[in-house]
Amino acid sequence: MAEFVMPQLGADMTSGKLLRWRKNVGDRIQRGEIIADVETDKADIEVEVFATGIIERLLVRPEERVPIGTVMAIIQEEGKLPGVEALPIPAMTEVPAAPKIPTPAVLAPPSSAEVGGPRVHISPVARKLAADLGIDPVSVSGTGPGGRITMADIEQAARARKAAPAEAMPDRAARMRQIIAAAMARSKREIPHYYLSTTIDMSRALAWLRQENLKRSVEQRIVYGVLLLKAVALALCEIPELNSIWSNGKVMQCTDVNVGVAISLRGGGLVAPALHNTDRLTIDDLMKSFSDLIQRARAGSLRSSELSDPTITVTSLGEQGVEAVFGIIYPPQVALVGFGKVTERPWSSDGQVSSRPVITATLSADHRVSDGHRGGLFLSAVDLKLQEPEKL
Amino acid sequence: MTRDEIKSIVLRVLGRIVPEADMQQLKPEQRLRDQLDIDSMDLLNFVVGLHKELHVEIPEADYSKLATLNGCVDYLAAHQTGVA
Repeated sequence: MAEFVMPQLGADMTSGKLLRWRKNVGDRIQRGEIIADVETDKADIEVEVFATGIIERLLVRPEERVPIGTVMAIIQEEGKLPGVEALPIPAMTEVPAAPKIPTPAVLAPPSSAEVGGPRVHISPVARKLAADLGIDPVSVSGTGPGGRITMADIEQAARARKAAPAEAMPDRAARMRQIIAAAMARSKREIPHYYLSTTIDMSRALAWLRQENLKRSVEQRIVYGVLLLKAVALALCEIPELNSIWSNGKVMQCTDVNVGVAISLRGGGLVAPALHNTDRLTIDDLMKSFSDLIQRARAGSLRSSELSDPTITVTSLGEQGVEAVFGIIYPPQVALVGFGKVTERPWSSDGQVSSRPVITATLSADHRVSDGHRGGLFLSAVDLKLQEPEKL
Repeated sequence: MTRDEIKSIVLRVLGRIVPEADMQQLKPEQRLRDQLDIDSMDLLNFVVGLHKELHVEIPEADYSKLATLNGCVDYLAAHQTGVA
């Protein structure tokens, strides 16, 4: 038996609203299939399932808002007797003693505390009651032992909400701003950032790209941002500690390189969904995935794994005229890479000064996980990858 | 195809890329990038959309000529046979 729970799609999410089920009781489902749509403060998300089997029960109704981790459906897994086995959870082990974790996506959704959010001490029955009443436990003060939230606390919160004058629900853009503010404030408060930057000669990469695009039809052209993403992904394979998550006071390296791409939304705010296995995609496949991801992010049709899986974030503000980006790490990730605009600068090489297109690459990294030495090697690796664009 | 017809197609293609923008408010001499907050991926999708609609293959070197609405119409008019 497997449980399908409200996933945590980023460190800033505490609850989600079920918009609709795409499957019914009795339907056969495949691992990776989208079975529900969930509304978060950032976007409407298509939620995938991580088990194969038959849906036995649906426990949450459409329009119901429930805390992360709430069991929303029970799935009878194929080849397993009902009630015998829980959803397998890969071991998470501290680095360096243990193997790398496959990817955050296959883990059970972490608790808020694991990803840096507020820890909620609440009994299962109180959590169930909170879900039934649409109360977010994070917003409730516990009066039980050790601050534990009791059923009475939930009932009191429900009464208080009923008694309170109706408050206008802020629109999604405002809510997104609030949660970005909370996540970034927490990141700056808890993560000891260090920052490095380097200037990269882009002449070879851009010349190669020009030649490539000349050979291609309009539909098959590549934008230079894809080269940056691939270079980052390949450099992470050499400096893997930056491709990690920080959880419960420990760092865990991720086997998969899932680069999160910061995408600004036209109504304001941003999301940073993952390009899965960025290091293994060809430039053409990466371009297709990148284009598709941007379109879906702006259309509000991202998938749950894309929001839960990034192992690092890349942000580029060059098109806004910015020369260098010193970003804030998105927890539980441990690094963020920024790119500024490509600009022509005097460049000295082999005793000759010439004008070359250059870009400033920056690294914001978590000093609990890496030191400047390794961060510097990472930026050097990004630089070297971009000097051999044909190998990307 | 007349300039007005080309303009109409340009606005339609742009409207698919930036659906929330009011195309009637576009100032023809101002940069589209500034008015619509479009990026390089949007620009590529714009070029792809124009190619599908008008069968004009726009090389990367000419992207700068598409900076404004008037620039787009001028460029496409010059590269489209039978334009009035």
